[in-house]
Amino acid sequence: MSAAGQASRDGATPPPGRDTVRWIDERAGASPALKAALRYVFPEHWSFMLGEIALYAFLVLVGTGTFLALFFQSSTAETTYHGSYAPLFGERMSLAYWSTLRLSQDVPAGLLMRQTHHWAALIFIAAIVAHLLRVFFTAAFRKPRDITWAIGVTLLMLAVLEGFAGYSMPDDLLSGMGLAIAYGVAMSIPVIGGNLAFLVWGGEYPGTHEFTTRLLTLHIFLLPALIGLLIALHLAFVIRNHHTQFRGPGRTERNVVGTPTWPAYALRSLGLLFATAAVLFLLGGLVQINPIWQWGPYETYLATNGAQPDWYLGWLIGGLRIMPPLEIHFWGLTWIPNPFWGGAAFPLVVFGVLYAIPWLDRRLTRDFSRHELLDRPRDNPQRTALGMAFFSWVALVFFAGSADRILIRFGIPYEAQIWFARAAVFVVPVLVYLVTRRICRELQRSDAHPLRGWSGRRVRRTPAGGFAVVEPGAATQAGDDG
Amino acid sequence: MSVWRVIVAAVLLVLRGGRRGPKPEEPVDPRERRVPINSRAQLLVAALLALGGLAGLGFSVLYLLEPGNETQWLGLALGVALALIAAALIVAGKAVVPQEIAVEERSQLVHEHDEAIVPQMVAAGGEGVTRRRLIAGAAGVAGIGVGAALVTPAASLGPNVSQRIDDTPWRRGVRVVDERGRAILADDVAFGTFVTGFPEGASLRDLAAPIVIVRLLPSTIHLPAGRPLAQWAPEGLLAYSKICTHAGCAIALYRYPSFRATQPRPALVCPCHYSTFDPARGADVIFGPAGRPLPQLPLAIDPATRELRANGGYSGSIGPAWLNVDRGGA
Amino acid sequence: MRRAALALALGALLAAAAPASAAGPDGRALFRGSCASCHGLDGRGVPGSGPSLQRAGAQAADFYLRTGRMPLANPSDPPVRTPPLFTDAQITALTAYVASLGAGPPIPPVDLVHADLSAGRRAFTDHCAGCHQVLARGGIVTGAIAPPLQQATPTEVAQAVRIGPYLMPRFTRRQIDDRTLADIAAYVQWTKHPDDRGGWSIGNIGPIPEGLVAWFIGLLALLVVIRLIGERSPR
Repeated sequence: MSAAGQASRDGATPPPGRDTVRWIDERAGASPALKAALRYVFPEHWSFMLGEIALYAFLVLVGTGTFLALFFQSSTAETTYHGSYAPLFGERMSLAYWSTLRLSQDVPAGLLMRQTHHWAALIFIAAIVAHLLRVFFTAAFRKPRDITWAIGVTLLMLAVLEGFAGYSMPDDLLSGMGLAIAYGVAMSIPVIGGNLAFLVWGGEYPGTHEFTTRLLTLHIFLLPALIGLLIALHLAFVIRNHHTQFRGPGRTERNVVGTPTWPAYALRSLGLLFATAAVLFLLGGLVQINPIWQWGPYETYLATNGAQPDWYLGWLIGGLRIMPPLEIHFWGLTWIPNPFWGGAAFPLVVFGVLYAIPWLDRRLTRDFSRHELLDRPRDNPQRTALGMAFFSWVALVFFAGSADRILIRFGIPYEAQIWFARAAVFVVPVLVYLVTRRICRELQRSDAHPLRGWSGRRVRRTPAGGFAVVEPGAATQAGDDG
Repeated sequence: MSVWRVIVAAVLLVLRGGRRGPKPEEPVDPRERRVPINSRAQLLVAALLALGGLAGLGFSVLYLLEPGNETQWLGLALGVALALIAAALIVAGKAVVPQEIAVEERSQLVHEHDEAIVPQMVAAGGEGVTRRRLIAGAAGVAGIGVGAALVTPAASLGPNVSQRIDDTPWRRGVRVVDERGRAILADDVAFGTFVTGFPEGASLRDLAAPIVIVRLLPSTIHLPAGRPLAQWAPEGLLAYSKICTHAGCAIALYRYPSFRATQPRPALVCPCHYSTFDPARGADVIFGPAGRPLPQLPLAIDPATRELRANGGYSGSIGPAWLNVDRGGA
Repeated sequence: MRRAALALALGALLAAAAPASAAGPDGRALFRGSCASCHGLDGRGVPGSGPSLQRAGAQAADFYLRTGRMPLANPSDPPVRTPPLFTDAQITALTAYVASLGAGPPIPPVDLVHADLSAGRRAFTDHCAGCHQVLARGGIVTGAIAPPLQQATPTEVAQAVRIGPYLMPRFTRRQIDDRTLADIAAYVQWTKHPDDRGGWSIGNIGPIPEGLVAWFIGLLALLVVIRLIGERSPR
């Protein structure tokens, strides 16, 4: 019994904080909710905290982003640079680029905030992906959490869009090239692409001067509001459904076993918040990211080698690079321009599959009931194998996108890598499926019979030099090796 | 089969590492509450917090001392401060405050009674409404009408795409100039180099403006039908749009062999997805994802000044393709 | 192919044993020993093996020899920077010999004193960044690698621009005048120590190393933290 409880039972002074809680109750009637919040139980497995990493990275993004928004100017109006960075002295550049330079060079702690913000974006999405993988492979997306899953997939999509909009705002050479490609992909959407691209850009690329303001509005207002709202909804569902848990002693489909929020879990989670912020600020101060002064300002007629998008769009550059030069055109019209396949169809398929996962899982397992206990990946070999196969497909395309640096690093010719990737996208997922399914089954078997272990066969060397199988428990005899 | 076993064995060795399967479920009560009363841990927490505070102060001091620069020191100070506080919180959360395992019953999500009542309540709202079909029909008309009103303005958004893209600043007689507006002469373009040109007087930002000019031996040039060399490659000079027909990046790479016997043919290459175009054959695509050749610009050499001028418009639409793109009949 | 390699080895031996005259190594002998098998006696060129060097001049000879791109073991190999096979004196002699074969350009002078870094960055981005990357960290073109330039001296930069070695375009004075060439060389010099005020530069090539750091340093550190905070399996 806590000291506070003791005091109240003795009839002596009321427990400290009682007045505060009374104050809140008189206005909001919130003490039942507070009680529930304090007693809310969190299962303790470490992999359940991946989503929290994403959440805390988002908080750092909002904080650092607010700082940046107070200095950044989104205008395409041109100015001449007369600052201290010699290679740009006398250069004409947009105010967007200029104000980002200023943030990086003259505003105290400006570069720290900019770099922390950018690292936070990369890690935000990395944590979402890690979290998504955990949820998938433990089948936490099953009823009643299929809506939570759909919200999560939407959050991933919005986060990727938000990141792209964010790093495109400074109008530097690298991100400008990325915007041109986004325009090309938008144009490639069948039939409506041209009008769609003109709608977004306000005309032919590079668009009207309003385009940069649209990026800004999207990045600092529309998308953060939407993401914040969806995060709140996502958490509301998680709380309403309570967290899932692994099987174990005392754990059933009807309870949750773990640490209550107060005091231990709240402190640990707060600790994770500070740890996330610490990692992000350490990276932001110590490791350079997106040094736009080195890239120079963007012009539509300039390009640099080795231009890549941020990591979470690497799968799209891979798709665009490995696709053969196929365009569907007849009757004088181009129905499907090439960038559509790698830049639009590919992500549509991937996100379509992600959204469909709860439904697909129900169909394939014929299991429509509510689940609160998690599967270990091995418990459903087919699901795990399909998931690994799909992941390997996306990962293959992702790595193909960096084939130029792979050539420089490892000497493998570029064209050979592209041809390999074109074949591998069909072959590798099948292989991964088969291998993963087999591994899951072996793991299941070794769980059921721990003494038997790996279902191999013992062999012994015969004097003739060959191998003979030793049947378990049988006398030694020569025999064919299977 | 043996290949399977090798792979499986390797993975199992990595994965299994000492883990046992779950015990069979016994009726066990996992509840527990452990009060550490660990004064060393509490001391540690206090120390970490204090150090973290110092580091945080250090950040402010550094900020005031070194305005603007020394990002690394600022990041280190702030990062270390946050890390120390994180450590304090984690130690507190795991070794100082009571450690408890609690069991909570999950809430019932399905409420049979309310689930029956809700539709009844909704239906009760329609009590007394007799002419349902009439009202429903009228509501449908209203929906279609207002919906159309919301959507139709989209049709007027943006001008006709083909008009805008195919209306380029290049016309017969327009001088080819560099970024600074100085005329480019035929003799500025030697063998083996590539020159970026713009139409005189046009905005450099216009996607249709930049062209790339190269010089090849006329005997090696084979252009598509309908492009006589005199108009399209005078003295072996060829001009193509610099904007890639794949996704719109600038084509900033030119590969030109110094010894043709062992090295590949000249090519214009885009750095984004490595679409590779053969300038000797009307910028035909020889590698990469681009779906159509680069549009070519016919050139003329002013007999008096040797200035390069356009000899007409592009052979097709420039830039990334869309529904009505003019593929140039290549 | 093997004949060329054999000839090369032989030539190297001969080079090592070349009699040093009062003026230094014998350029002609060195040439015959190491270069003639592909470039022909008197540098006329051998079809399928090596081009004529009669108009190459000191500019090209000095460049290729100093950067070790030549001699090349196999004509179809890409000529890449290697430690030079010859000593300085031998290179000087060879260069003089090649220059004597015809009316080729001399080694270009580079005046960095009045170079404009900003103009150099501009010109480099315009003409060079497409292959060599905007910070001269190197890149690829279909069929070849465009090398990073951190080891290039200003003279080598000027030579390469004028020669257009291997698959690189060649830029004449009419396109890039000597002043601009000096600016470009100054910029390339500068890229050896760019302004990395943001911290560890991780290669100066942008998002790929950034993504690797985000996953394998950032997220990994946080994975360690949550492993410490959380439990491993249900107790």
